[in-house]
Order: sequence, then C-alpha cells, then structure tokens
Amino acid sequence: QKLIATPNLAFSTKEETTGYQHVTTYNNFYEFGTDKADPAANAGSLQTRPWTVSIEGLVKKPVTLDIDALLKLAPMEERVYRMRCVEGWSMVIPWDGYALSKLLNYVQPLGSAKFVEFISLADRKQMPGLKSQVIQWPYREGLRLDEAMNPLTLLTFGLYGEVLPNQNGAPVRIVVPWKYGFKSAKSLVTIRLTEEMPKISWSQFDSREYGFYSNVNPLVDHPRWSQATERRIGNVKGIFAPKIKTQMFNGYADQVASMYAGMDLKKFN
Amino acid sequence: MKAVIFLLALIPLDRLIWLGFTDGLGANPIEFITRSTGTWALVFLCLTLSMTPLRLITHSTVWIRYRRMLGLFSFFYACLHFGIWLWLDQNFDLIDMLKDVVKRPFITMGFTSLVLLTPLALTSNHWAQRKLGRSWSKLHYLVYVIACTAILHYWWHKASKNDLDTVSIYAVILLVLLCFRIPYIRNRLLSRGS
Repeated sequence: QKLIATPNLAFSTKEETTGYQHVTTYNNFYEFGTDKADPAANAGSLQTRPWTVSIEGLVKKPVTLDIDALLKLAPMEERVYRMRCVEGWSMVIPWDGYALSKLLNYVQPLGSAKFVEFISLADRKQMPGLKSQVIQWPYREGLRLDEAMNPLTLLTFGLYGEVLPNQNGAPVRIVVPWKYGFKSAKSLVTIRLTEEMPKISWSQFDSREYGFYSNVNPLVDHPRWSQATERRIGNVKGIFAPKIKTQMFNGYADQVASMYAGMDLKKFN
Repeated sequence: MKAVIFLLALIPLDRLIWLGFTDGLGANPIEFITRSTGTWALVFLCLTLSMTPLRLITHSTVWIRYRRMLGLFSFFYACLHFGIWLWLDQNFDLIDMLKDVVKRPFITMGFTSLVLLTPLALTSNHWAQRKLGRSWSKLHYLVYVIACTAILHYWWHKASKNDLDTVSIYAVILLVLLCFRIPYIRNRLLSRGS
C-alpha cells in the first residue's frame, strides 16, 4: 500500500540504501520472536486497523487519535536515515513520516514535562513472542523531551514509500537515528509525557548494557563487543567487505551533540 | 562406513557454499556463516562425546572407530568459526583480537575452547597415541573441559538477550553425556553387560 511522501533532502543521507528485501526480513522485534527472521515470518497476525494511539500525561490536550487521523496530522516526508543496531550492524533506510515534534506541539506539553515514554502494543493473541519472558512486556522506550522535540526524531508510518510492513513496527513507530535501534519503539499505542525518567524495558533488563540514552558512540564499548565499527547490511562491495567505522551520534553530531553538552557520555551511555 | 560419515559431515560446509553462490545467506551473511560453523562445531563435539555412552549402552566398541573423525570435524568447524571471526570481525589484527579475548568473557571462552582443541587434534593420530602412551588419555580428558568452555561461550553470548532456549538444550545434552563418565554410572552400565 503506497504512502505519498515528499523527499526531505536536508534530512537525508546520500549513502546507498539497504535493499527493501533486507530491511523487511532482518528485524529485531521480539514480540514476534528473537530470531532476525521471526518478525517477517510471524508478524502477519498483527492487526493494524483499527488502531489508536493515546497521547497522555503532562500535556494540555490529552487525546486518543485514530491511525487515519494521525496520518493526516502533518505532511508526510521521506527521510533517508542511517540505522545503527547495538549489535554492530547498520542499514540505510528511506523512512516516511513527520517530525514527532508536530504531534507533541499539537497536544502541548506542560512545563513540568521532562520525558516522553513510548509504549508498544503487547497483545498475546497477535504477538507469539510475548510467551517468552525475554524482557518485560509491554516494550517501553523513552526520550528526554528535548530529544523527542529534535527535528530528526521521526514519527514513522512507512518505508520505501509504502506503509510500514508489520515486522517493521506497523502502523506507527518512532525513529531516532542517532541512537541505537532499540530506542526506536515499534507499533506504538501510548505516548506519555512524564516528569520522571521512564523505566525502559532494556535498561530494566541490564542497565550496564542498555542505558537510557544509548546514543551511538564508537568510543563506548558494549560489554561484549566493540562499537567502533559496524557491518553495513547488503554492502554493495560484497559479503566479505570489511566493516565500516561507526560515527559519533551515528553521523548526526551536528544536529544533536549540543543536547549533551557537559554530560559524560561514558556514564550516560 | 567411515567414508559415508566423512561425506555427511561435510554437508554443513557444502550447504554454506551453495547458499553463498545462490544468494541464500540472508541479510547478514557473515553472521550467518559464523553462527552456522559455531553450531556445527558444537554438534560434532556432542557427537564425539556420544560415542562412549553408545558403547556403554550397546556393549559394542564399533562406535569408538568414529570418535576421532567426529572430533576432528568439531575442530574443523571450530577453525572455520574462529577464522571467519578473525578475518571479518578482527580484520586479522592480532593485537585487537587478543584485546577482545582478554576483555570479553564470552570470547575468552570461545578462544580457550579452540586452544584446548588444538593439542587434541594434533595428537589424534596413531603415532602420537603410541608415543604418549598413558598420558594420551589424560591429555584427551581435556575434552570435558572443552565441553564446559564451549557451552559457556555460547551461553554468555546469548545471555545479553536473555535468549537461552537453544543453548539450554545443548547444555543439557552435554551434561547428560558427561554424566556417563561418572565412575558409578559407567561401572553400572559396564557390569550390566557382563
């Protein structure tokens, strides 16, 4: 199903995009299984209509929006972003959506709001992966309010000019390109503005490995591997191509580094 | 029979080569090959360790004839597993590699397994067996240590994702196979036959 979107070249990399086939068959979406091939195999059971997203918490106008209303809230843009997984691989993906700030401005955050929590759907009937207690369900993620308001943070409805395939987080997800991929929560049902830092699923599991910030940082190693390099999926140079160097903030330092001025990024990883 | 087992044991490698030429290795071919060769090294380790239990259960020594070949295949796939990691993850940088080995427990265990497997592979021939005499069997008790380091390697690799279903199965299989080596159990099985 097509999704009309205008290319936003100012927010797009010119790097070679990762093929649609790879983007839609190599996924981490544990609600459908822990193997990379599981989401593509199992996510057919996800019902993306009807679908509503409630935006609640510390906002002037809390609202529950139907997915069709959400789609029309702002003009759809296409942005080609790098996507760096904490596991050491990366892709380049043309996403379709609009800045999350458009939605947040619509509901008007209160002065006391400091963080934004994202909660994904957790429905045992549709999501076979919930049977295993890999992490605590529902999947929870979060951003600081300024991170959520950053123009790069994309409320995403499609990729490659089509509505999101289920395995990529249909019908609506977040994309935060300067953070490791798991920060970009999929299949959102609730967006909540809070004063306290939300407890996110992965750092509840092991905060040493998965911190709240989790900015892409080649200088901060994962306990089990270095983050200095990454393997680009579908590298045009062939399967035995060497890994490429990981960039600070995944190459988005110009747009985001100022938000972390004065913070020890080794501590707040 | 040995020739048949030899050819069967090469199927996992043939499959990888076939998938490589037919674009069947998926989005992350290196990860696929690394995991596949690692898994097969472990499978052949389990098979190697199954020969003695099979002898004890069936009271036939025929199994022991295949033990060496199975063990060598475990070493063969472990070498491929290690070689691909050294080439494509470490870019043949030995300093970087040793840093990783020291720093990351799961790599420490994987590397230890390979280092310990090496003398066993080198002394698996008749000549070495004769030369070493009684110390040969003592040396080859190392395989029990390798069973533990190999499973720890896999376990700690998966622990980050709390995704321990598959590795638990291998751990149980190895545990059962090692239990056959407990003198009490071994003697009971032996005396049952006589």
